[in-house]
Amino acid sequence: MAARIAITTRIKSSSSFLLGSRSMSSWWGNVNPAPKDPILGVTEAFLADPSPDKVNVGVGAYRDDNGKPVVLDCVREAERRVAGNLNMEYLPMGGSNKMVDETLKLAYGEDSDLIKDKRIAAIQALSGTGACRIFADFQKRFSPDSQIYIPAPTWSNHHNIWRDADVPQRTFHYYHPETKGLDFASLMDDVKNAPNGSFFLLHACAHNPTGVDPTVEQWKEISYQFKVKGHFAFFDMAYQGFASGDPERDAKSIRIFLEDGHLIGCSQSYAKNMGLYGQRVGCLSLVCEDEKQAVAVKSQLQQLARPMYSNPPVHGALIVSIILGDPDLKKLWLKEVKGMADRIIGMRTSLRENIEKLGSPLSWEHITNQIGMFCYSGMTPEQVDRLTKEFHIYMTRNGRISMAGVTSGNVEYLAKAIHEVTKAA
Amino acid sequence: MSVFSQIARAPEDPILGVTVAYNQDSDPSKLNLGVGAYRTEEGKPLVLNVVRKAEQKLVNDPSRVKEYLPIVGLADFNKCSAKLILGADSPAIQENRVATVQCLSGTGSLRVGGEFLAKHYYEKTVYIPSPTWGNHPKIFTLAGLSVKTYRYYDPATRGLDFQGLLEDLGNAPTGAIVLLHACAHNPTGVDPTVDQWEQIRKLMRSKGLLPFFDSAYQGFASGSLDADAQSVRMFVADGGECFAAQSYAKNMGLYAERVGALSIVCKTADVASKVESQLKLVIRPMYSNPPLHGASIVATILKDSNLYNEWTVELKEMADRIISMRKQLLEALQSRGTPGDWTHIIKQIGMFTFTGLNAEQVAFMRGEYHIYMTSDGRISMAGLSSKTVPHLANAMHAAVTRTA
Repeated sequence: MAARIAITTRIKSSSSFLLGSRSMSSWWGNVNPAPKDPILGVTEAFLADPSPDKVNVGVGAYRDDNGKPVVLDCVREAERRVAGNLNMEYLPMGGSNKMVDETLKLAYGEDSDLIKDKRIAAIQALSGTGACRIFADFQKRFSPDSQIYIPAPTWSNHHNIWRDADVPQRTFHYYHPETKGLDFASLMDDVKNAPNGSFFLLHACAHNPTGVDPTVEQWKEISYQFKVKGHFAFFDMAYQGFASGDPERDAKSIRIFLEDGHLIGCSQSYAKNMGLYGQRVGCLSLVCEDEKQAVAVKSQLQQLARPMYSNPPVHGALIVSIILGDPDLKKLWLKEVKGMADRIIGMRTSLRENIEKLGSPLSWEHITNQIGMFCYSGMTPEQVDRLTKEFHIYMTRNGRISMAGVTSGNVEYLAKAIHEVTKAA
Repeated sequence: MSVFSQIARAPEDPILGVTVAYNQDSDPSKLNLGVGAYRTEEGKPLVLNVVRKAEQKLVNDPSRVKEYLPIVGLADFNKCSAKLILGADSPAIQENRVATVQCLSGTGSLRVGGEFLAKHYYEKTVYIPSPTWGNHPKIFTLAGLSVKTYRYYDPATRGLDFQGLLEDLGNAPTGAIVLLHACAHNPTGVDPTVDQWEQIRKLMRSKGLLPFFDSAYQGFASGSLDADAQSVRMFVADGGECFAAQSYAKNMGLYAERVGALSIVCKTADVASKVESQLKLVIRPMYSNPPLHGASIVATILKDSNLYNEWTVELKEMADRIISMRKQLLEALQSRGTPGDWTHIIKQIGMFTFTGLNAEQVAFMRGEYHIYMTSDGRISMAGLSSKTVPHLANAMHAAVTRTA
């Protein structure tokens, strides 16, 4: 306190301090409090709840059967190798080449000709969000008249990303509330009716929030129609390996498009499938006509990264490179990813059986039809509010349940609560 | 047919491109004085001991997980960072008037602050010093602001063009944003004196100009964390509002981990809370939440008084080595009788010296002596050692006398 008085006195004693100084009001008095993020706000509310029965099936972060976050063994081993050994010099603007090379193999295939021919422009990105944002900025800069078609519904942050990139957005039909499955006919109509050469955002697998994916046949039809219309496909792949347990199988949609010759874009994230959430590791790639174009495009992607964060963080990239570059660690990772996916698939079966056991009048087969981390339950916002208020169960108000938060310890309680709020429906 | 077939290749980044060229040179006497990353006497990159200790602590803690950080980042890290730049006893902190968010090093902090201003502030022009770090204009332009310059460096004196600075800021519209380098101006190494800072502060407050500090070298410039934060603290002490972007790239050697923080000092706690909520809306569509590892290292060090003290010692060693290189280079030039006044080498502060060499001389030194620097004549003192100072002095002497 004394120090503060001393400083104030010193400043006031210079005669012109008060001369012409503007009135002492804030520049930011007109700033409104922002609404809470609909997804991340759920966990905040959950943490603040003192009830011992509380269940968090909100944010999509994997939990083990004890409800605890998991650090994969392959990750712990990679970290042991990294700690204290390496310097922390700036990565290039495009990130770790080693990490990017391994990451492209996952999406495009180990033996991909596109990789051999160096036709893919790729940079390390700040997880999936960062990859989508750099792509959106790139789209704005180089296809300034384009808009983005986004599935309805989608991860809420997709809307924020393309809006902040100043790219106009439209939605295309995706989810069918009646069947709690894919509205394939309307989806195809929207693809056909969009102007030729439109840009589309597609979820490669494990659609977020619905868990509803096209079948292989449906993907082939979508790809064909995209060719007819000359559309651009941007795949957001946040769950490779995590959906079916098999990374090759989860990349099928992308491979179908590549076989058909599409020059796609792709966002990849290691947040879920390697449990590296907080490390922010991902990759943005764009398939080009030839190596020269890929070099040009990559240089332009870097120009967008430089004024955003200069170069990406190294730690997560090191972990990925070490794991994917070591055959034994990679095998271990594949095993652990399958373990996570299997646990989720098991919980889907368990949740559905438990609700059916209670004699629910409704159909719950969508729980096991849907795939990936999320189940789009079909519950209304009002029903979700009841779940929260009466049962201390936290999820997003669109009725999306993160299956990763379901355990053998809470599945019965969850089933009971869901039955309670839906039985009168 | 690709939708991107018209795309031309972007030019190399002028700063990072220097290292690319250096790496391609096979001459054994080559010297990289380009990018600002610290090197030891042996010319090696340095990981601080205190950072290694913090890393080991983290990796040996089985309870640590890798969950998403909140959008605003690691809470402990934010608290410690605000205290570091504003002072532990800062009334602004005690009064909860500071909104601090973890960002991706200095670049990320500037970008998030810029985007916030473009969305919420009525004045969309930011004044940046001439010259400044090459990435500054791009950051603010992409954030949605328009960029103007104010006079800063005087080539005649190789010092501060103080009158020019006061004139240009005096002519700025009320409320304009002004970017200030907190210490160790990049690229010139020329800082205002304490008295000059006080005059700048008075002028800016009288015109309602908004200060936006870029603090990338706290502790690294003079060796004292408090001395290097004095400019920022003067502005905060008068009760007014300001922005401060912090980077831990150099002073903790955490370059590639991308650790930094943006602090916005507001009039009231209520305003600070609203501001923080709006900062989240800027961050979420950019990268959702910041990376965990680097911030964990910083928090581990800043929270532990032993590690903190060790850090200040290692920091001072780095700063002292740089100051010693400055002295040695000046002495080497003077002993060679190189024409001109080279005392600016020891007057300038921080990682860089703005030598005053012109583009031709820079090219000559690259071609004949394999010495790499940016074409504006900026050299990174961190890239020098006692062994290599003579080589540089020879090159500079040759460059200056040949064109004399």
